[in-house]
Amino acid sequence: MILAQGLRKSFGDFEAVKGIDIDVHRGEAFGFLGPNGAGKSSTMRMIAAVSPVSGGELRILGMDPAVDGPAIRSRLGVCPQEDTLDAELNVRDNLFIYGRYFGIAKAEVNDRVDELLEFVQLTEKARSKVEDLSGGMKRRLTIARSLINRPDLLLLDEPTTGLDPQARHLLWDKLFRLKQAGVTLVVTTHYMDEAEQLCDRLVVMDKGLIVAEGSPLALIREHSTREVAELRFGVADEGETHDALAEKVADLGHRVEVLPDRLLVYSDDGEEVIAKVHERGLEPVAVLVRRSTLEDVFLRLTGRTLVD
Amino acid sequence: MSTYEQRVRPVGLPIGEGIGRQFDYWWTVYKRTWRGTVISSFLSPIFYVLAMGVLLGGFIEGDPAELEGATSYLAFLVPGLVAAHAMQTAVGETTYPVMGLMKWQKVYDSMLATPLTARHVVAAHLLFVGFRLVTTCGVFMLMLAPFGVFASWWGPFLAFGAQVLTGMAFATLVYGFTTRLNSPEGFGVLFRLGVFPLFLFSGAFFPVSNLGPVGEWVAKLTPLWQGVNLSRMFCVDNVDWPLAAVNVTVLLAITVAGWFWSVSGLTKRLVH
Repeated sequence: MILAQGLRKSFGDFEAVKGIDIDVHRGEAFGFLGPNGAGKSSTMRMIAAVSPVSGGELRILGMDPAVDGPAIRSRLGVCPQEDTLDAELNVRDNLFIYGRYFGIAKAEVNDRVDELLEFVQLTEKARSKVEDLSGGMKRRLTIARSLINRPDLLLLDEPTTGLDPQARHLLWDKLFRLKQAGVTLVVTTHYMDEAEQLCDRLVVMDKGLIVAEGSPLALIREHSTREVAELRFGVADEGETHDALAEKVADLGHRVEVLPDRLLVYSDDGEEVIAKVHERGLEPVAVLVRRSTLEDVFLRLTGRTLVD
Repeated sequence: MSTYEQRVRPVGLPIGEGIGRQFDYWWTVYKRTWRGTVISSFLSPIFYVLAMGVLLGGFIEGDPAELEGATSYLAFLVPGLVAAHAMQTAVGETTYPVMGLMKWQKVYDSMLATPLTARHVVAAHLLFVGFRLVTTCGVFMLMLAPFGVFASWWGPFLAFGAQVLTGMAFATLVYGFTTRLNSPEGFGVLFRLGVFPLFLFSGAFFPVSNLGPVGEWVAKLTPLWQGVNLSRMFCVDNVDWPLAAVNVTVLLAITVAGWFWSVSGLTKRLVH
């Protein structure tokens, strides 16, 4: 569905995407993870055949976006980061008008609008103005809009950012159904649980490059341990760190991470780590053993530095 | 550099097809907004005609030699006023509305995610502006007919065409300008230093010869004067055809250049 080799994107002197290879297959859910500025959205815009490629090769649905942009876009569904709905039109008109951009006949668009409103549970809001909808409803409407042309490939740029847990779970449910119906999904997200839930395979991007690739489980296996023991010692004094404590437990896990208020010991057996910590006379304020998550992988690969 | 940039032009929809697919959108927009345009489009110009043409004009001697062939100040004023009104309508439709669709609501972005391209989007929006010009100038001219200001039956039709063309010249120019703005602050400069002086000094209210030789030449270089002059020549039936050809050519040239400027502006802005 998508084949990229050495794909690059530059804006003047700034290189947003520095040569990435991607291969997305039919029917799979593929994710892009990465901090802000990693190049995810630039990559998505190139895949959406909106942003011209600066270098390398890109084929979408077997076509070259530089030549067949309109033909590619006619088979894509795009759910952008911002809703881009027409706030002054009602819900139904937003869908109807969008369907007309694809050249779908009026009667057919009307049928699809009814069907999609049902699918995203907005039938009762059909005549409401978009500006009166909640964030979750707007997001569902945007997803319904992206499906109006029955796309082969659905691009979702941070589909659930800013939504409450109920709305997120409802959206995930809709996306699962689409996946089951054979739609290929490409998702960017900041939420690791979303990536774990939705994606069969994902890449972690950082500073314009792919730094890891695989299934969520494989990535955890490769870049983290089975469990993490969190040892909470309280916030270190001004100018001090917990480095000295870290040295005392360094041999207990594969890796120890020092945070201002706690140590994270990456090990395959967290309980054993805790037991040994106590044996050594260390007394954390609180301890917690948990399974490694994609978030641990993500933070390991892209760092904890805040990126705005 | 990439091999992509040397490739052929993208294979797209024919322009007519792309515009047709946006008809429902613009029709919905019109149904939603037409009531709000009634006051600015029809009532304000009529107030101008009454206050300046009828009431103020009553103090001005109707000498055709002084008034470019018009037999009364009202007959002199009206054709230029409609042309100036076309400019204002065009500027109004291509400033905040374009900024809104491009930057605030990002509706253009959603359009460009479909098979439509910047060319289709610009063309459909400008055609909508053209439609607004046709309706406002058309109704304005119809409302003026009872005032007895038209010297022939055919003149007003040609004048109407000139007014719409004047509006389109400004629409394409200002559309291109708006696509290059990052914030609406630039509109203040456009209104104060562009639209307002043009409105006052392009010959709608007095013959540009009153501005002195240099002022007259400067006024005649402005796009609005071309439209005012055309509109007036047709309405008062005092046509200098070679000059009319020059006026039409200038307005057409601006419209065509403005079209390319608008498409390149929107492309640079949203397809990057």
